[in-house]
Amino acid sequence: MTATLAANGVPRLARGVRLRHDEARGQWVLLAPERVLNPDPVAVEILKKVDGARSIDAIVDELATTFTVERQTVASDVDVFLAGLAEKGLIEVTSPLVGDAAS
Amino acid sequence: MSLVEEPRSRVEVPARPAPPIPYGMLAELTHRCPLQCPYCSNPVELDRRNVELDTETWLRVFSEAAKLGVLQVHLSGGEPTARRDLEQMIRHCVEVGLYTNLITAGVGVTAERLRAISDAGIDHVQLSFQGATAEVTDKVSNFRGAHERKLAVAREVRRLGLPLTINSVVHRANIHQIPDFIELALALDARRIEIAHSQYYGWALRNRGALMPTREQVFWALDVVEQARVRLKGVLTIDAVVPDYYAKYPKPCMNGWGRQSLNVTPSGKVLPCHAAETIPSLDFWNVREHSLPDVWLNSPAFNAFRGTDWMPDLCRSCERKEIDWGGCRCQAMAIAGDAAATDPACHLSPLHADLLALAEADAEGTDIYDYRRYFQPDRAS
Ligand code: SF4
Ligand code: SF4
Repeated sequence: MTATLAANGVPRLARGVRLRHDEARGQWVLLAPERVLNPDPVAVEILKKVDGARSIDAIVDELATTFTVERQTVASDVDVFLAGLAEKGLIEVTSPLVGDAAS
Repeated sequence: MSLVEEPRSRVEVPARPAPPIPYGMLAELTHRCPLQCPYCSNPVELDRRNVELDTETWLRVFSEAAKLGVLQVHLSGGEPTARRDLEQMIRHCVEVGLYTNLITAGVGVTAERLRAISDAGIDHVQLSFQGATAEVTDKVSNFRGAHERKLAVAREVRRLGLPLTINSVVHRANIHQIPDFIELALALDARRIEIAHSQYYGWALRNRGALMPTREQVFWALDVVEQARVRLKGVLTIDAVVPDYYAKYPKPCMNGWGRQSLNVTPSGKVLPCHAAETIPSLDFWNVREHSLPDVWLNSPAFNAFRGTDWMPDLCRSCERKEIDWGGCRCQAMAIAGDAAATDPACHLSPLHADLLALAEADAEGTDIYDYRRYFQPDRAS
């Protein structure tokens, strides 16, 4: 499972997937068909930038700047995380060079 | 609805644990439905149109649900599209942050209507199939041409880009079609299929002799589902509701009574589970008289089997008490005649052998259905 996404790909949440803050429980949740997922704080920061406008590259740049982490590390974390979501059909990545995401 | 994943633990106050916060609400908007499935989960005494909640009350209930912490609303019935105000309700749910899931039988739903529902912001559509072929669907639902209409609805749902789940309830007349149901889901570009064995309350209890599969069929079905799960990982999610009559342990009823979800009936009664009305001793509050948080926290029906204190010794001393929660209260009622008994589906229940014998006898029953219907109005006189 080494589905690597193209860095210039633009991810967005699939129809039927929503990220929202859950006030009652004081946490972020990712809502999907018959699923409530609890993304961890790092995942939440990534998901907040998945807006159908920013490319993966841009997301990595922003995160690396905000959290002053080495870009390389951020890039691989983001790739692994988003590839996992794409495999589950939770995000779609639009780009001619997408590895998977056909679902 | 048992598919909601557990959140990370919240801070617990040891003396008096914080009240649970529900994740899901089943909104049974109406009991009206063109189909007549003999295992319908609606009660035998169906609500008529003139007792249904009005739009305004439903909108208030959705707002209260969102405040209470509900994240996902399942718009169901009966056939929810029989409500002309469905789109208005969906828009309202979206506004207050609720995730909306439409559970439809897909008969009498035009392409225009689906577009309106999509435009209103529906997040997910679950479409039921009573069989994997026209012959079986039409027979089980007692509606000629139902299957074709469902196929058209499924295609339209996908054309609109909406995620689709195929719901199938399996029993003796269609359990052999499980592989075909899975193929159908793939052909219709669904990402998810629910394969639920008929649960024997209400209508299904009446029809148990015509629905109950044999032990061999059940174990074959479990096997087929398991293999398909492995084969289709990442392509199709298969969620199964296991049959419990032949099982060793009961199913974890609602993941705990009054713990994760609630159910509002067409006339506004709030139930801990859709079958809870089969327990005659319970007192259900109505949203016409109470706010939803008030019902959730304070109504006697919700507190009757919350937690583990109500359990018989057999369950209270059992290590699985917070895994299966003593099983199904409605089944305990139906079989043991006592809603607070250990679910007879549990092999530790003194009634387990009786349940098994019952299942085996019913598996030999006749195939004639007592179809779901409204009783004659003059019956009440
Ligand atoms: S005894 Fe009660 S808690 Fe234990 S497995 Fe059986 S039903 Fe579940
Ligand atoms: S026991 Fe009754 S209340 Fe619980 S899930 Fe089963 S049917 Fe629902």
